[in-house]
Amino acid sequence: MSDLEPQRQRVYTPDSVVTEAPWARAAIIAFAAAFLALFLLLPLGLIFHEALSKGFDAYWQALTDPDAVSAIRLTLLVAAIAVPLNLVFGVAASWAIAKFDFPGKSFLITLVDLPFSVSPVVAGLVYVLLFGAQGLLGPWLQEHNIQIVFALPGIVLATVFVTFPFVARELIPLMQEQGTADEEAALTLGASGLRAFLTVTLPNIRWALLYGVLLCNARAMGEFGAVSVVSGHIRGLTNTMPLHVEILYNEYNFVAAFAVASLLAILALVTLIGKTILEWRYGEAISGRH
Amino acid sequence: MSVAVAAPRRRPFIRITGALPGFGLALGYALSWLGFIVLLPLAALFLRASSAGVEGFAVTLSDPRVQHALLLSFGVSAIAALFATLAGVIIAWALTRYDFPGRRLVDAMVDLPFALPTAVAGIALAALYAPDGLLGAPLARLGWQVVYNPIGIFIALVFIGLPYAVRTVQPLIAEIDRELEEAAATLGAARWQTVFQVLVPPLAPAALTGLALAFARGLGEYGSVIFIAGNLPGVSEIAPLLIVIKLSEFDYTGATVIAVIMLAMAFLMLLVINLIQAWSRRRMGNV
Repeated sequence: MSDLEPQRQRVYTPDSVVTEAPWARAAIIAFAAAFLALFLLLPLGLIFHEALSKGFDAYWQALTDPDAVSAIRLTLLVAAIAVPLNLVFGVAASWAIAKFDFPGKSFLITLVDLPFSVSPVVAGLVYVLLFGAQGLLGPWLQEHNIQIVFALPGIVLATVFVTFPFVARELIPLMQEQGTADEEAALTLGASGLRAFLTVTLPNIRWALLYGVLLCNARAMGEFGAVSVVSGHIRGLTNTMPLHVEILYNEYNFVAAFAVASLLAILALVTLIGKTILEWRYGEAISGRH
Repeated sequence: MSVAVAAPRRRPFIRITGALPGFGLALGYALSWLGFIVLLPLAALFLRASSAGVEGFAVTLSDPRVQHALLLSFGVSAIAALFATLAGVIIAWALTRYDFPGRRLVDAMVDLPFALPTAVAGIALAALYAPDGLLGAPLARLGWQVVYNPIGIFIALVFIGLPYAVRTVQPLIAEIDRELEEAAATLGAARWQTVFQVLVPPLAPAALTGLALAFARGLGEYGSVIFIAGNLPGVSEIAPLLIVIKLSEFDYTGATVIAVIMLAMAFLMLLVINLIQAWSRRRMGNV
């Protein structure tokens, strides 16, 4: 720390040659603060302001409306299925990618990241084209009375698609950085592969895993475009919270729309706080850099 | 040490190196899941597109409504990404170089568009900029209508693109060797000369990457745009919305054609990002 001090001083001295003039510095900070306040803080504050604009009773009524409750329940259910699926995938993919060398590895990493480049609407569309009534497997599914699109399985699939890379992309660089020496030591000492994974690898990656799950969950609960395409918008049945927000807003029921939206905004804030705490406290354990 | 490698293998066709167990299981599971969730559905899209054929593409793309939606999506995404990148570089600079009260809080806030569900952002922005909204009302008095037209789309896409711009540039600003700036200053460069000749070149690839990411994200964005855009066909109707509309009209070919074009653009952006990074590695050494 002590050898950092002189440099710190040099950096922050306003008349230093390697920084901007005080007026330029003030202008840049003012621009950044104003821009973020206008574009980020104001919309966020407005959500809560609108939600409570008719008083707390109206707010509470909107949240306890049966359709809202079933939307909340569906959102929680979808996240509870989709997040563990991607967690298991993320761990398996990063185990193979980070701990072994094999041809086509970088191509595989690109494929894992691919869903981030696909528009959510297109992500929903591909499942309709595959499982919908007019889809490739549609006739077969209908024969066997399996409903995927416009039902829970479709919503889960679309959610898994858009949140696919979250866990894997946190784990792969970290596990590559950590190498295989710890696990090899455990194996030489007689541990089984599973035991080495549970007692050596898992503790090494736990914070990064939590970080990935946190981001994955936020997106899973908040996904709109992809879920909107596959859900069919059946009120009280296949409406997740974001879809319910849309319906209420389009019915000009603004208090209710913003009330449900405020729950999602709280989710976003909790995610941001959790993410920031993880970065501050376990930054090195997450990024693998020292 | 290497227990697994020691096991004799007859002429391995594919060379896999690593001493730990579980490779087959992990890779097998990962590939099956990847295939089922991502590759198979995308293949269904391309199969559908190929069965639509040249004629299907021609019919859909000759529709002025489709042309307008695609051009609008490309155009506004590009302008919004450019604006988000310029603002993002300045914000990243302020957050990395300067110390001011609340800096860490502001820094954490930059990720809000990542965390806030798009539909929530959409209705908040729409309510904020509507003619009777908090910001919309004063703007309306000035005679500026910023919602239900392409300006509204621009606002939503800047919101969505901002964290991409900030987060790709920020680590590079932190890494800049300050001795370079000192050297430039000692050699008599004015501060603005140092900024443009010493600082901008190494930041440019990261800024371009952020630009491409924000553009790609903006192109596919749906939830935050549709509430503020007004969705007038031929005026403020974006391509992702047109996919949804075509789908609800059971025009599967039309939806597929638009989706394939957007997907091709997204892949192109992915390629561009990789090229930028390869180029910057070559130019800067291993960064």
